[in-house]
Amino acid sequence: MCVIMDNNVYEHIPAEQFEFQQLNAELHDQKLETKSRGYFADAMIRFKKNKSSVVAAWIILFLVMFSIISPLVSGISVRHMDTVYKSHPPFIKAVADKFSDKNWCFWDGGYTHESQSESQLLVWNAIGEETGLNPVNRVLGETIQKEKYRGQWRDVKYYTIENNKYYERGVVYRTVSYEEFQRIQDFQNETGVQVIYPYVEAKDINDIKDNPNIWYQVKDAKGTPAVDAEGNLIPAYSTNPSLLQYKEYDDNGELVTVEVPYNSLRIENDPGNYMYGYVRSGSVTIRVCYFTYYQYVNEGRLPNYVFGTNSLGQDLFTAIGVGARFSLIFAVVVSAINLCIGAVYGAIQGYYGGAIDLFLDRVSDILSGVPFIVVATLFKLHLAAKVGIVPSFIFAFILTGWIGMAALTRKQFYRFKGQEFVLAARTLGASDWRLMFKHVFPNSLGTIVTSCALVIPGVINSETNLTYLGIINLQEVFGTSIGVLLSQGQTSMTSAPHAMLFPAIFIALLLISFNLFGNGLRDAFNPSMRGVED
Amino acid sequence: MLKYVIQRVVLMLITLFIITGMCFILIRMLPPATVSPEDPHAEIVELRREALGYNKPLLVQFGIFLKSVFTKWDWGVSDKLYVGRDVFKMLYQKMPATVLVNLYSILISIPIGIILGIIAALKKNTWIDHTISTLTMVVISVPSFVYAFVIQYLFSYKLGWFPFLMKAGTDYFTWEMFVSMVPAIMSLSFGVIAGFTRTTRAELTEVLTSEFMLLARTKGLTKAQATVRHAFRNCMVVVLPSIFGSFIGVMSGSLIIEKIFSIPGVGQLYINSINAPDYPMFIMNTFFYTSIGLAASIVVDLSYGFIDPRIRMGSKK
Repeated sequence: MCVIMDNNVYEHIPAEQFEFQQLNAELHDQKLETKSRGYFADAMIRFKKNKSSVVAAWIILFLVMFSIISPLVSGISVRHMDTVYKSHPPFIKAVADKFSDKNWCFWDGGYTHESQSESQLLVWNAIGEETGLNPVNRVLGETIQKEKYRGQWRDVKYYTIENNKYYERGVVYRTVSYEEFQRIQDFQNETGVQVIYPYVEAKDINDIKDNPNIWYQVKDAKGTPAVDAEGNLIPAYSTNPSLLQYKEYDDNGELVTVEVPYNSLRIENDPGNYMYGYVRSGSVTIRVCYFTYYQYVNEGRLPNYVFGTNSLGQDLFTAIGVGARFSLIFAVVVSAINLCIGAVYGAIQGYYGGAIDLFLDRVSDILSGVPFIVVATLFKLHLAAKVGIVPSFIFAFILTGWIGMAALTRKQFYRFKGQEFVLAARTLGASDWRLMFKHVFPNSLGTIVTSCALVIPGVINSETNLTYLGIINLQEVFGTSIGVLLSQGQTSMTSAPHAMLFPAIFIALLLISFNLFGNGLRDAFNPSMRGVED
Repeated sequence: MLKYVIQRVVLMLITLFIITGMCFILIRMLPPATVSPEDPHAEIVELRREALGYNKPLLVQFGIFLKSVFTKWDWGVSDKLYVGRDVFKMLYQKMPATVLVNLYSILISIPIGIILGIIAALKKNTWIDHTISTLTMVVISVPSFVYAFVIQYLFSYKLGWFPFLMKAGTDYFTWEMFVSMVPAIMSLSFGVIAGFTRTTRAELTEVLTSEFMLLARTKGLTKAQATVRHAFRNCMVVVLPSIFGSFIGVMSGSLIIEKIFSIPGVGQLYINSINAPDYPMFIMNTFFYTSIGLAASIVVDLSYGFIDPRIRMGSKK
């Protein structure tokens, strides 16, 4: 027998010397220490690293929220167009009451008047004295000029003042029916807000008929206030009882005097015999403080215009929200439709190639040759009357809008259609349609979606351009749009720059953020494209 | 190459023909402008419409239209805006204002744009590059009327340097006229500068990192030599065609800027013809805009081939 002495001889190892290494052991791959992530999670991480895009995303979110919320909270309909408060600066009463003397105060309805004379200042203050709403926010500066007055030189002071444009209007004439007169009185009784102020007869104030703000005795026909020894204004309110009376025939055919009742708030210094209206041919002419009259007309709401009003008297805060809402929804809808059409078109082009590609390319070439403005005009002229202005507008954007998307999809299809996984699927008998949309398309989805984020600002931009030019008029349908607001702001640019400023800031912010966001998305989904601008 | 050029031009002409035909038919489908019976010209207008075939099928109308264009260069007469005037002459008269403003604008802004782009590319990833790129992005995103508004408000209203609107009249080459054009020129320039800065920067950064630049440096060229001789020339392959494109685009101008600064140009004519509505003028303008657009794109495409032999070879396959 041969005994194995040498361990290095392996040729005749008896069976019993073998033992199982891992008979009952379970074999596993080593567990991954990190979490696995997919394509989108990976892109998300890359996106989050791009600070400016994240900020842009938050700004977009904020602007979207603004457009949803602002028409709800403002309480003012976009169709409400005030006839007096047009092109008025931003104003919030609560803020203005507290801080109107501060220079930084933004919501004080401030409007700067230059070279106001002493007597003009007195007139402004007189409005405040009567209505209790002083239009003079603050005196910004004063200059002294030498002027020749009756042959002698003397110093005349001129002031630069900032007025509250809402209070500045003061008192206006309104001619109302007897019922309306009673309703205003009811409103006064209910809220304790003085709307109607005592009537002043023209004969008492030098026959001045066109200035309802004069309630004091005047020196001349220009309305220069007369003051008493202490420098106070002397009221010129009428106490003539016949003002609120009219004559009519009663049932017996006799001429009787009928009194129009006024049983409501009276101003502070009223001895009890001031007349609060002037009856003329079936109606009452009254002096109302416009600020409180506004409250009466709008069911007690104050004219708190956060962004001011435009030249039509619309609240800009609401109008921007309404306009932006339309722009955003419109852009998303148009982009989505264009994406679908472009994807299918580009897929067919790219997948089949050859003659089909050539033919379809020609079609899209011809369509893209038509200037967009011509398309929009033609659609408006032909379809607006039949299907409405908005659908015709959408059609116009769709007619040529999908071409870019189609070109992009086509490129992606050319890239992927020859690859092995497509060949494998084809070998297994997948149909063309299945190959296109189940195998190739998902691979190009990243590129397509990111370019969609860059399409949206483009749509918003052209939409704003068209409404700005007035080629498409959305005012009847939506009340307004950003482009309309901008073109209205243009008309009142020198007197009310805010009417242009706020919509301009809004649209600029929106478009910049969308572009930043889109760039960030593209960089995140296609890291190889980073920094390439197209 | 010649074959390629001819092929492209013929294709463009076919496209132009189809577009004009489509637009013509779509416009003629609309009811023509009404003429009140009291109008002394009512009879003439009716006769003229009869001659143009307003009661005949649309394709016949298009035939008549083409015939009068090719034989008499007659594009029709204006219906509402300039009643009875030849639309081509009106368009022609409106050209100088548009061309002049746009020409000034691109003459100023193309060099600035390219220089800014070069600076940004050479100083890539420094604060200079970041500033330029950010500003470019902002200007490209913001619609032109926003900065037109800023310019008008600052320079015309607050500072009072320039008039609000362009001066009326046809004395296009006076100093006064130029001053009144400045706000419009500035507003137009922003977009052009930003566009060229972006293209130049993107192109030059790509060229600067390519391998032949490394080779040039290895051969012993200084950085400046390599940049000027190799990088710029390659970057111009892309920039030059868009310069040609801009020069063609000069004629079409910008509707918005012309409206804001009331430039009596083609854009304003176009908007007026839509709002009037004046269909013969509209057809004329549509043809004009379409041909300018197509011409610009074909010039851009062909100039690529002329400038860069590699692209020319590619087109021959």
